[in-house]
Amino acid sequence: MEASSLPAALELVSGGGAGLSPEKRAVLGSSLLLLRRHYRFERVWFWGCIQGVGGAYYIAEGLGPDRAAPRSRLYSLNCVEWSLLPPVTEEMVTQAGRLKGRFQGDPAFEYKDTETNAEDAESLFEDGKEPVIKEEARLVATIEQIDRAVGIIPRGAFVKTPLGSVSENRNFEGLSLTEAKRLSSYLHFTEPVNLKNKTLLEKADLDPSTDFLDSLEHDVPHGSWTVQLEKGGTVVVLRSLLWLGLTFYHVPMTKQYGYVYFGNGEKNLDLPFML
Amino acid sequence: HGPYQPHEPGYGLYQPGYSSYDDQIPDPKSRMLAIQNAKAYLLKSSTTSGLNLYDHLANMLTKILDEQPTNAVDIIEDISKDVKWSQFQKKMDTLQDEHEILPTFEAAEKRKALFLKANGEGDEELEEEIGETPLPNVMETAFYFEQAGIGLSKDESYHIFLALKKLISVQPIQTCRFWGKILGLEMNYIIAEVQYHEGEEEEETEEEAVTEEGGKGVDEVEDEEEDKEKEDEPPKSTYKPPPVIPKEENGTGANKYVYFVCNEPGKPWVKLPPVTPAQIVCARKIKKFFTGRLDAPVVSFPPFPGNEANYLRAQIARISAGTQISPIGFYQFAEEEDEEEEVDGGRDTYEENPDFQPLSVAEMVDSLSAWVHNVQSILKQGRCVWLNPLQKTEEEEEEENEEEEKAEEADELPQELQQEIGPPLLTPLSEDEGIQNIPAWTAQPSTDLIPQYAVAVLQSNRWPGAYAFASGKKFDNIYFGWGHKYSPENHAPALPPPVQAEYPSGPEITETRDPTVEEELAFKAAREEALAEAEEEEDEEGTEEDEEEDD
Repeated sequence: MEASSLPAALELVSGGGAGLSPEKRAVLGSSLLLLRRHYRFERVWFWGCIQGVGGAYYIAEGLGPDRAAPRSRLYSLNCVEWSLLPPVTEEMVTQAGRLKGRFQGDPAFEYKDTETNAEDAESLFEDGKEPVIKEEARLVATIEQIDRAVGIIPRGAFVKTPLGSVSENRNFEGLSLTEAKRLSSYLHFTEPVNLKNKTLLEKADLDPSTDFLDSLEHDVPHGSWTVQLEKGGTVVVLRSLLWLGLTFYHVPMTKQYGYVYFGNGEKNLDLPFML
Repeated sequence: HGPYQPHEPGYGLYQPGYSSYDDQIPDPKSRMLAIQNAKAYLLKSSTTSGLNLYDHLANMLTKILDEQPTNAVDIIEDISKDVKWSQFQKKMDTLQDEHEILPTFEAAEKRKALFLKANGEGDEELEEEIGETPLPNVMETAFYFEQAGIGLSKDESYHIFLALKKLISVQPIQTCRFWGKILGLEMNYIIAEVQYHEGEEEEETEEEAVTEEGGKGVDEVEDEEEDKEKEDEPPKSTYKPPPVIPKEENGTGANKYVYFVCNEPGKPWVKLPPVTPAQIVCARKIKKFFTGRLDAPVVSFPPFPGNEANYLRAQIARISAGTQISPIGFYQFAEEEDEEEEVDGGRDTYEENPDFQPLSVAEMVDSLSAWVHNVQSILKQGRCVWLNPLQKTEEEEEEENEEEEKAEEADELPQELQQEIGPPLLTPLSEDEGIQNIPAWTAQPSTDLIPQYAVAVLQSNRWPGAYAFASGKKFDNIYFGWGHKYSPENHAPALPPPVQAEYPSGPEITETRDPTVEEELAFKAAREEALAEAEEEEDEEGTEEDEEEDD
């Protein structure tokens, strides 16, 4: 969620019971602003909080002029001092995908990776190290996985300029109530996968400036999103069941929207059994 | 030479119509003509949409000048689209405008109804309310949890507060607590934990007795029909289902509290039925999301005995048994004079300790033994107090002696069930098992910066979403989550039970081997011998009889 709209947004997302204490809210107001100045971000998003066994990680993302470019991610243990996370690589994502269990809460904690390939293990043994994954790497890989899988925006909120860069749509006035209840009005804010597979007829109906992303309609498994109206029907809240803890809110007919993650940082692999 | 530009020295001396490039520059008449041509072109209506570019540009520029957006040139295409779109909105419609009845308006009505004071409240009732009331101070609890970053927004907490007040005014309730919120697919559940006044629970038992009698009547009719058809029946199955473990009485064990749920504050509260051990045992094996409708079926394997209301009640029972905690010393066992009697299953009642001295927040956070469970844990059987299902009451034994004694002895293998013992009430949390290498609870103070006013907060790692806080003499538990236990391993559904034996194998249905040729020949030879002997005997008898007849 946008750092500038943090207090209002936290009120709208609190239906799940998770939120921030007044102390954290107060300090985030200023520390996110300072982040923006220090790293010269154009936008700073408060991404959420991953709860480890010993402590919690608070995550922020910074965006540059092209909103669809890879984002810089920062973490903090107390919302005051932030550290930049290393950029994510595919190898980190696959390694972290093999790890199970809770985060420990200590960024320097090392997991023993027991499932590397024989070749990799040999090459590492030659160097004299055991295959380990640091919790920092696991953290950034998990954030990337969550953003890729369930980071969403309402349709029309971002436009793609003819030059290819993506920016906010200043004409976006919000989705109507009927549109907001439909899954097809929300798009994954990541590289589209299914767009090329649409038939020509479907593609003809799309508007290339706003429909350059995948919508939620065809997410597998079907039903992995819950759409609810909360607060007496004034806020539309989408919760992901694949990554329990990701909450997206939107107030229909206004510009307020955003998503935040409050959870363990573990994928819900039991989802097909639970539906 | 050509038309002079303003910066060139010849500018101003040029007179149209007199230079050598007259044929390239239109004279005023032809310039007017060109302008009119251009305007006529702009006014040409489009064949597809009926609009013309001139009007469209005029509307667009009017809109831009009225609204004066920043960086208009960057969003000009969108403005153009908006102007075109607004063509389709007619200001005057022949149809009467039907006021939109959005579901949001109805919801707002219900929420507003919470805030209205009921009619007919006199001064007497006001005094009662200010005195002892079972209504919990939801806002105070919400404040403490908020210090840890847990809880709903203040609006929603206040609505829940008022909804609880409404519940108390309708039902005869002695104690009431906001238990928590469980999220669902279509709707969420808000749950209140309640204890009735003594003597108010008799309505339920009457209903159950009625259904039992109805069931018996049906059985009698069926028996008569069966008697007629006894000749042609296939062999009856010898399957005896395992004995049904009876549920605990209301007010004890897993059914100590009664739970009311509603989907949103403002909607009516629904009472959840008491939980049976079979439901708890089954709920341990399945993992399903709640839909939000209490009558939804729970489709699972092993098949859950009940619908979503029962599943919800079972999960609430499990969560309460696992995560309801209090600071050590707050509750104590009531002093009993007869301590020689060993009560099976330990004591199950406690009372508040009037001499409770609260520990400091640092102590509460550092050691888990400063907290104790104040709800009985549920045994493997599904009850809090163990019951041997094989022990029959005297009546049942008399009935069965006549009919089924023999059958039972032959088929049933009475397994000696061992008495299950769980941890007794008021055990400290340090005895809780962790999961792999994670402790069962994570304790933190709410703030490191202001330790004087910090609140000790515990989060459960076994039931993610269960929280408890303690600050001085105040403490409370709450649950916000999806209602499932945490397991680091993936959920593995139960395997189907092994195939049952169809018939007991006995000599009459066992296939025998076909005899070989030698055996057949030997058998034939033996039979011929036997026949020969029989004939001799008959002959003898025949002669004997003849002799007798002769006499």
